[in-house]
Amino acid sequence: MSAVSAHAPIPVARGLSTRLLRSELGLIFGRRRNQFGLVVLAAIPILIAVGVKIASPNPEDVAAGPDFLGAIAGNGIFVAFAALSASLPAFLPLAVAAISADSIAGEANLGTLRYLLTVPVRRTRLLAVKYAAVVIFSFVAVTWMALAGVLAGLALFGGGPVVLFSGDQVSLGEGLLRLLAVCAYLTVGLAAFGAIGLFVSTLTEQPLGATIALVMLAVGSFIVDTIPQLDWLHPYLFTHWWQAFGELLRDPVTMDGLWPGLRSAAAYTLIFLTAAWARFADRDITS
Amino acid sequence: MTEQRRESHRATILDPGGAAFAVESAGLTKRFGRQLAVDGVDLAVPRGSVYGFLGPNGSGKTTTIRMLLGLVRPTAGRHALLGGSLPRDADRVLPRIGALVEGPAFHPYLSGAANLHRLDAADRTADPATAAARVATALDRVGLAVAAGKRYRAYSLGMRQRLALAATLISPRELLILDEPTNGLDPQGTREVRALISAVAAEGATVLLSSHLLSEVAQICTHVGVMHRGRLVAQAPLEDLRAGTMPRARVETDRPEDAAAVLRELGLTDVISGPGIATGELGGTAPEKVVAALVHEGVPVRGFAVAVADLEELFVSLTGAGFDVSG
Repeated sequence: MSAVSAHAPIPVARGLSTRLLRSELGLIFGRRRNQFGLVVLAAIPILIAVGVKIASPNPEDVAAGPDFLGAIAGNGIFVAFAALSASLPAFLPLAVAAISADSIAGEANLGTLRYLLTVPVRRTRLLAVKYAAVVIFSFVAVTWMALAGVLAGLALFGGGPVVLFSGDQVSLGEGLLRLLAVCAYLTVGLAAFGAIGLFVSTLTEQPLGATIALVMLAVGSFIVDTIPQLDWLHPYLFTHWWQAFGELLRDPVTMDGLWPGLRSAAAYTLIFLTAAWARFADRDITS
Repeated sequence: MTEQRRESHRATILDPGGAAFAVESAGLTKRFGRQLAVDGVDLAVPRGSVYGFLGPNGSGKTTTIRMLLGLVRPTAGRHALLGGSLPRDADRVLPRIGALVEGPAFHPYLSGAANLHRLDAADRTADPATAAARVATALDRVGLAVAAGKRYRAYSLGMRQRLALAATLISPRELLILDEPTNGLDPQGTREVRALISAVAAEGATVLLSSHLLSEVAQICTHVGVMHRGRLVAQAPLEDLRAGTMPRARVETDRPEDAAAVLRELGLTDVISGPGIATGELGGTAPEKVVAALVHEGVPVRGFAVAVADLEELFVSLTGAGFDVSG
């Protein structure tokens, strides 16, 4: 503190640093609640694998079931696809909702927001770091679930060549690569949802309220997606294209089903990040 | 500060490191809906001063501080910190300012040290290589070294307040803005915080210290500003205010009217008489002369005292209502 004087050197900002982002990830992954959430996400594929194993020792018995579930008995890797597909309407959006809702509203609720901003952290930078952490969390959540599915599936059903929906056969290695591509595609979709979450998070000081609002939004979107009379609306729903990840399990991969999903996600991300910025950049912080 | 520098400062409000005032505002105003929370505040906190920012709860101190730090956007007016005008120079001046705004706020499930590391990680000007040492030093200064690894949620109110103070000391600061830093502390804790502030000020930092209790800050302040209902009703060096409170002679007698007449005759001003009492501002008159004159005139003196008006009374008179009443 002896440096305190009228002529102390003016501190200069260092170059690009990942310090705040790493601190942010430490907060997210160090928090008990989130660790518990990740355990739940890993439990889903394990439950599916065990359930299928118990219910159908004979592969022919489930031949009429849903695509992924039916394929599990033939190759354990499909546990991962089945788990991701089953979690899209609820568990994965819930996880992303909880994290993104917490991003600004959580700091505002604790009062730590005012101290971050006076450090100072520019508001645009804070939003960027918070959103980057949400995207990273989304990817980790999806791949974590896929990994648990692959391990549980291979342990209970074995691996071997993967039979695609188009009937072609690819090696297990390529199957895993395609699973990674699925994870990336779903991350893009969930990141769009995370952008909505970031925006909602700038509206309130109650992270729980924001989480509930986001879950209702996601579930509502899934419900509307199942009503045929509203089919004109379906392409505009942010959840509509998530299940299209099955396109990555055909040979050749047709981008026809994927491009609209990526475009929709990009549009949602852009709109809601802009809205979050417009809302947050000027807001009076009275928490 | 030489006169020349002062002049050049006036000419250009931006004079990095050399501005005469650590905090300067002109017409700072904030309106929340129909309520005028802060009304045309012109702050001038000289460099190196310990500035007591006083006023009852709800008088606009915290909103003013939030505006100074860029948390709340002023409805009107402008201000500069350390010679840099806000919000334009926020990135340049805020790293040199430690702030405690409206009580401590930290992540409950992180330890005290981890909370400070998080704030340091957010500071783009902070050197990560020295973070551990700086955090340890800051915790040590506020007496939290032993509790550094404890979760924040297990901290007592006093420990939380200390941690907030430690956060203002992680990096070298030229200005500390402390909003009610002794809130929730016991008398011992209050004394320690006062000593800490004095120590930081002795190293050359300017301190802006808000409080609703004059007695909390009168001992360490060099300057005071008094807020009342959103307005800055007084601002002066403490010396000047003290000088403004003239000693008064106070006579206890059963003939107050006669006593008052004697006091007037002697040249005392602002003479007031009441039942069994007469008082007047002494000015240059020696107290012993007053007593002699009273006795000479045959006024029975039952008691005599010279009282310097309490600063607290002065502030009560400035803010109209009592000091603890919201304005």
